[in-house]
Amino acid sequence: MSKNRIVVGAHYGLRDWIMQRVTALVMLAYTVALVVILLAIPHDHEGWRHLFANHAVKVFTLVTFIALLLHAWVGVRDLWMDYIKPVGLRLTLHVLTIIWLVAAFIYAVNIIWSV
Amino acid sequence: MRFQIYRYDPDKDDKPYMQEYDVKLEATDRMLLDAIVRLKQQDDSLAFRRSCREGVCGSDAMNINGRNGLACITNLKDVQEPVVLRPLPGLPVIRDLIVDMTQFFKQYHSIKPYLINNDPAPEKERKQSPEDREMLDGLYECILCACCSTSCPSFWWNPDKFVGPAGLLAAYRFIADSRDQATNERLDNLDDPYRLFRCHTIMNCVDVCPKELSPTFAIGKIKELMVKRAV
Repeated sequence: MSKNRIVVGAHYGLRDWIMQRVTALVMLAYTVALVVILLAIPHDHEGWRHLFANHAVKVFTLVTFIALLLHAWVGVRDLWMDYIKPVGLRLTLHVLTIIWLVAAFIYAVNIIWSV
Repeated sequence: MRFQIYRYDPDKDDKPYMQEYDVKLEATDRMLLDAIVRLKQQDDSLAFRRSCREGVCGSDAMNINGRNGLACITNLKDVQEPVVLRPLPGLPVIRDLIVDMTQFFKQYHSIKPYLINNDPAPEKERKQSPEDREMLDGLYECILCACCSTSCPSFWWNPDKFVGPAGLLAAYRFIADSRDQATNERLDNLDDPYRLFRCHTIMNCVDVCPKELSPTFAIGKIKELMVKRAV
């Protein structure tokens, strides 16, 4: 590759940046809602179970998990991009991160939907 | 006044070391640069850059007690002893306090720091309304001293890929210019996870800028324009 190549952007990055901000808002909304609800319901296993038996709660929880997954993807990917220089190792870490996040999400679905 | 100064001469030294100095100042020595010039009379092997001695040229940027700044506009009354002087962090050291700025200027040039306008040049000048001219305030004053970029961890880790705060401020200076016609090309050039989005808004750049400019503001504006264009 010529050292005098014309510098131009890779034409991605903006979407990841917006995604990280929007998913942060989703997680914030969920956290606030959950705190408010937890203060209102009975503090026992039955109250907890009743809350998560509600489909709206399940869906909101899983949407938040998707937001968490996307948010963490950009954040962890940024870490690898910042500090890991060898391209092969970085790609491996990217793939492992995706597998780990998807696996964690499937496990979360399994737990939430089994209530 | 006591000093600890980073010394390194690649022709003689195996590795860098800190040298202690005690300098007798004259009544006329008021700025840190005066003291360093005085010190050079004591030890003329000390190498550093300086030119205008009034905060306009940006040559004497260095790390002063752990913080990047210009020696010429740093008042001796405001620095704690011993004054620890190191070269700007993150750039290769040529000798003592002199760093190789090639990477910094490469990034600066990559944003095409000049007006792009394909209309035929008018007889006298390309005019701007006072309001349009005002858009450039806080942007055009940059003297490219590199204090900001060399205090930015993202620039330390990826100086070859991240444009850095100084370059991005300059990029927005031309994006904001009503006479420039290449806004889209400039945004395309920066739409990149490394070139622009390595900025994690920690604002070290704003903290150290000797001209009190805000690269963070400029970077925010660039992102805002990208969002407006894309959404």
